[in-house]
Amino acid sequence: MSLEYYLVLSALLFTIGVIGVLIRRNAIIIFMCIELMLNAANLAFVAISRSLGEATGQVFVFFVMTVAAAEVAIGLAIIVSVFKHRQTVNVDEVNSLKG
Amino acid sequence: MTIELIVVLLVAPLVGFLLNGLLGKWLKGSEQLSGWIGSLAVLVSFVCSIIAFASLHGGAAPLDETLYEWITGESFAFNIGFRVDALTSVMLLVITGVGFLIHVYSIGYMHGDEGYTRYFAYLNLFVFAMLILVLGNNYLMMFVGWEGVGLCSYLLIGFWYEKQTATDAGKKAFVVNRIGDFGFLLGMFTLFAAFGTLDFASIFEAAEADNFQKIFGASTLAIATLLLFVGAIGKSAQIPLYVWLPDAMEGPTPVSALIHAATMVTAGVYMIARSAVLYNIAHTGEVVAWIGVLTAFFAATIALTQNDIKRILAYSTVSQLGYMFLGVGVGAYASGIFHLVTHAFFKGLMFLTAGSVMHAMANELDMRKMGGLKAKMPVTHWTFLVGALAIAGFPFLSGFWSKDEILHSAWGSSPIIYVIGLVTAFLTAFYMFRLIFVTFYGESRVEPGVDSHLHESPPIMWVPLALLAIPSALIGLFLGWGGHDSWFHHFTKNVFPEAHHDASGNMILFMVISSVVGLAGIAFAWSRYRERTPSDEPTSALHTLLANKYYVDEVYNALIVQPIKNGSHYLLWRIVDNGIIDGIVNSIGAIIRFIGGTLRRLQTGLVQAYIVSMVLGIVLFLAYYLFFT
Repeated sequence: MSLEYYLVLSALLFTIGVIGVLIRRNAIIIFMCIELMLNAANLAFVAISRSLGEATGQVFVFFVMTVAAAEVAIGLAIIVSVFKHRQTVNVDEVNSLKG
Repeated sequence: MTIELIVVLLVAPLVGFLLNGLLGKWLKGSEQLSGWIGSLAVLVSFVCSIIAFASLHGGAAPLDETLYEWITGESFAFNIGFRVDALTSVMLLVITGVGFLIHVYSIGYMHGDEGYTRYFAYLNLFVFAMLILVLGNNYLMMFVGWEGVGLCSYLLIGFWYEKQTATDAGKKAFVVNRIGDFGFLLGMFTLFAAFGTLDFASIFEAAEADNFQKIFGASTLAIATLLLFVGAIGKSAQIPLYVWLPDAMEGPTPVSALIHAATMVTAGVYMIARSAVLYNIAHTGEVVAWIGVLTAFFAATIALTQNDIKRILAYSTVSQLGYMFLGVGVGAYASGIFHLVTHAFFKGLMFLTAGSVMHAMANELDMRKMGGLKAKMPVTHWTFLVGALAIAGFPFLSGFWSKDEILHSAWGSSPIIYVIGLVTAFLTAFYMFRLIFVTFYGESRVEPGVDSHLHESPPIMWVPLALLAIPSALIGLFLGWGGHDSWFHHFTKNVFPEAHHDASGNMILFMVISSVVGLAGIAFAWSRYRERTPSDEPTSALHTLLANKYYVDEVYNALIVQPIKNGSHYLLWRIVDNGIIDGIVNSIGAIIRFIGGTLRRLQTGLVQAYIVSMVLGIVLFLAYYLFFT
């Protein structure tokens, strides 16, 4: 299979992630969409790494996964504590920083 | 005489000031202690002054020494240095001697006052500043003292600061003095520009040297001396800046005696006598003499119709200061200073007796409500009589000698000045004895309530009176016997340059004329006020004019004070301050608020709106990257 298929899949996944982040209101879903975007990027990394025969891209993926794990830990914690305060995870209702 | 002695002399009142000023809270329990600390501090200075005087009198060389360098620069150096010669030592004796007696008197006079320790702290600070003024060996130190006494004068005039009139009078004195001080500063700048130094010794030496006259000419010196004289006009209350002195009577009476009669107001006379060399070279003495004699006459006429004891004395002080300027103006420096000395005694004495009267009369100052006080207050009456006879030029009392010397020298300079001075002498005798007859003689017009506790003042007050009365009567005889050949002239002859003119005419004849004039004034007052009291309403146009002090205050108010006030209010405050300065500051604020108000709409608080802008941004960058590069 040629590289294009992987990249098209990656682009599709990334676009789904972006659209999800933009149109959904539930913080958890938004969070999941961010994960989707990260993994779309990971897919592109791995595919290009394989195609070029270089390991750099794969090393990057490990970094991204680490960062994503850390992000999940902190992000979920924030969402939980927001929920504790507001009884909601709807991002439209969490707007105290309105200028 | 060593410089250590002078340092002790100078620092003693400062120590008194610090003790009373800083520990006043703890001293408040015992007033007497606070008062005696203040008095002893001045007594120490007095003893040092006597030692300094004795050593000078014994033939020691005058001291002119630098204690340390104060400010040094590439082309200038100002030093803390002292100059003690005959002139200084005379001033020191007057300041500390009269000052000590007034301090002691104040212990009784200020009894029970809220600000007792504050009072003595200020008084000591004043003596300290006054000593700096006369001890300095350069104009800068003189200026430091000059400003210091001005500050103390302000503080003490407004001593009873709850009283609106007192604080107003303090402010008036300060502001009017600033005008004079500005002249003094400009005079100092001129001298510095011409000589590159402010030391008395160097300036006088350079001014006398021939090459100075060639380089700068006499006009520079004329400008400098006239500017310095403007300072003297302010400090010594001469026309046109005399207006603050009558108002300064709002302060405690001993303050009027010490600052506004005996010492501070004579600083201008001292300054001119100290700069005698310059005035002689610049030939500006004539201006000084004219201002002096006109002030003497002008103030004496106002004193004729006043009914407030202290105001009469205040105008009398202005008038006598005019005599002193007349003296130093016509080149009779020693005579001017001699009159300063005698005046310090008899005018200090009269102010203190006025204070004694006030003390007995529950602060009443209007002499129409007095009368017949002689029986109730014998010591006060006799001591006041001595002072009044002295100022009126009664033969052989102190004022007779000093005034006569001045008038005699004035004759040599200009007969017109002499005649004005003589008329003033008549007026002086008249208004002083008008005061005496109305206050101490005749029927008692004291209000019933006050009548009952009318009493002689306690010994702490009348002893200083008696001690001042003795020199008031006799000092002229001892120092002035022999006219221009007297002991005083011999003692000070090395300080002052020779006068321009030769005193001419028969000294004895002059003495007889002045005595007759003085006695005539007394007799005239006796004939008019022996049994009459001054009328409440002015009886003629001239009387109205005099009773209203020639409307000078009103004219100043209309011509100077109100325009400045209005200018400040409408132009500077409303337009410049409120309009322009506040306008600029407020518009900058308004612009930033506007920008902020506009930009804040971007902060919607909606996370997704931010994300949209991020995504759009990324897309734009990518599009640019893909299609345009």
